[in-house]
Amino acid sequence: MSATVSSTAAAIADAVNTKARSARDVTDAMLAHVDAVDDRVGAYLTRLHDLARAQADAVDARIAAGEKLPLAGVPLAVKDNMCLTGTRTTCGSKILENWVAPYTNTAVARMLEAGAIPIGKANLDEFAMGSSCENSALGVTRNPYDLDCVPGGSSGGSAAAVAANEAAIGLGSDTGGSIREPAAFCNLVGFKPTYGRISRYGLIAFASSLDQIGPFARTVEDAALAYDVMAGHDPMDSTSIDRAVESTADHLRTDLHGLKVGLVREFDTAGLGGEIDAVYKKAYADLEALGAEIVEVGLPSAKYGLATYYLIAPAECSSNLARFDGVRYGLRVDANDVGAMYEATRAAGFGPEVKRRILIGTYALSSGYYDAYYVRAQKARTLIAQDFVKAFASCDLIACPAASSAAFPFDSKSDPYSMYLMDYYTIPMSLAGLPAISVPCGWVKASSGSEPMPMGLQLTSPIFSERLLLGAAHAYERATNHAALRGPSVGAPA
Amino acid sequence: MSSEKIDVRYVAKLARIALTDDEVERFGAQLGDLLEHVQLLGELDVAAVPATAQVVESRNVQRADVVRPTLDRETVLAQAPQRQGAFFRVPRIIAEAE
Repeated sequence: MSATVSSTAAAIADAVNTKARSARDVTDAMLAHVDAVDDRVGAYLTRLHDLARAQADAVDARIAAGEKLPLAGVPLAVKDNMCLTGTRTTCGSKILENWVAPYTNTAVARMLEAGAIPIGKANLDEFAMGSSCENSALGVTRNPYDLDCVPGGSSGGSAAAVAANEAAIGLGSDTGGSIREPAAFCNLVGFKPTYGRISRYGLIAFASSLDQIGPFARTVEDAALAYDVMAGHDPMDSTSIDRAVESTADHLRTDLHGLKVGLVREFDTAGLGGEIDAVYKKAYADLEALGAEIVEVGLPSAKYGLATYYLIAPAECSSNLARFDGVRYGLRVDANDVGAMYEATRAAGFGPEVKRRILIGTYALSSGYYDAYYVRAQKARTLIAQDFVKAFASCDLIACPAASSAAFPFDSKSDPYSMYLMDYYTIPMSLAGLPAISVPCGWVKASSGSEPMPMGLQLTSPIFSERLLLGAAHAYERATNHAALRGPSVGAPA
Repeated sequence: MSSEKIDVRYVAKLARIALTDDEVERFGAQLGDLLEHVQLLGELDVAAVPATAQVVESRNVQRADVVRPTLDRETVLAQAPQRQGAFFRVPRIIAEAE
């Protein structure tokens, strides 16, 4: 009974579809587990006991009526920048602390229609800006593998929930690495699909040319099941891509024969330290052992990724977050005239990282600096995207680290730029709109006495090649099974 | 691109965020530091490079101009910080004539 909280989404859906267990039974066990462990982990900002039970009963009724649902009874963690009707949706910010969503994000709606059960709304760096979850104004989320370490970010709550078996699937959003880095830190699979592949209707916007929803899971197969449910055009999001979706979960591979995997010349891991370097050298060798031909590729403009991103993303955020002004929803701090009301509301409602990014974005877009900063960054973005096109002329996939270290202790990156560096390996793919996935690839120890912490291998491939990417990731996962080395310190089944 | 000192108070005014003196000092230093890092882009020759706004597909999306169901007014107004009838109420926008 207790083992069910750590079952895969595929196993849960199978048990519920075959009536071996009811969705309600799975849900009750999961809610009890969450109530037992989440005071220590802090994955959820809001637990959805009533909604979860009601949805579970509805799923059981559909199963009883003869339906088969791809995610029947699968417990789901939803990042709290995704709207779900009737639930508090905070973005981890004081400015939305008490805002209740009046409509539902399309990706969430598709997951629920497929039978998933919403267990809770998960913590995040405020407005998804950060790489550790420490920028949340509303709660602390801890890494289930070491409670003294961060879970990564910005989708840290969703990652921690899945890692501590408080959900089987987590939904995150990835702007510069916000799914892939926390997945690496929490021993999970984290998948960012091609830009535009999953609707963002009801995802509270950070940087609109980059934001993309994707799943966390404990296996590649589970990530593929969730992707297959969520992917596809949505008339409510005109940036969602209107072209046929290739299914992925029924095309998982067991080897890499016939595929060329590119290793990036500029991403040599020797500088990351001997232990980390050895993890990635082994991972690349394992890809080759699975039948891949290893080739070297160049991404000469990738080193400009961080600078490019930290102009474009703040510029877009300064525009997107202009809507939080105290007029229509959220926090208002009263003042004598409307201008002072805006300024006081935003001063009280936004935390320091959000203010920093709004300020840098406002500056980069302001008269006299627009061409020098914003337009130049957009041109650098072109060069970075072109690098990938050239690289994919000689390979099918690119393999590299998902993050430059394992999860780090709280308060260890007080300088904003040192935090931004965590996304060095994930930002170039975001700027190019590529699908990218992080898969567990090994463990490192901070010191000889400490527990090993997980690392993630990032694989990326051309736009709309999700079937290839998830298929290859599955072959690597199946052959190496690194995630099984140890379970979480908190949240392991009793 | 040159790294000049940012007038943080002016930028904050544009961004509609009131800052304390402490924040002006701290953010000023941190933004200056970030601008130092982005100077790296100055070494790129981008004269002949087109700007990229969005990567995957660029096309205009239109739909038929027909009324469809939306959230009802009460639902939208229910979370207004302050309302008056069917309106969002805000503090004074235009000063009274002297």
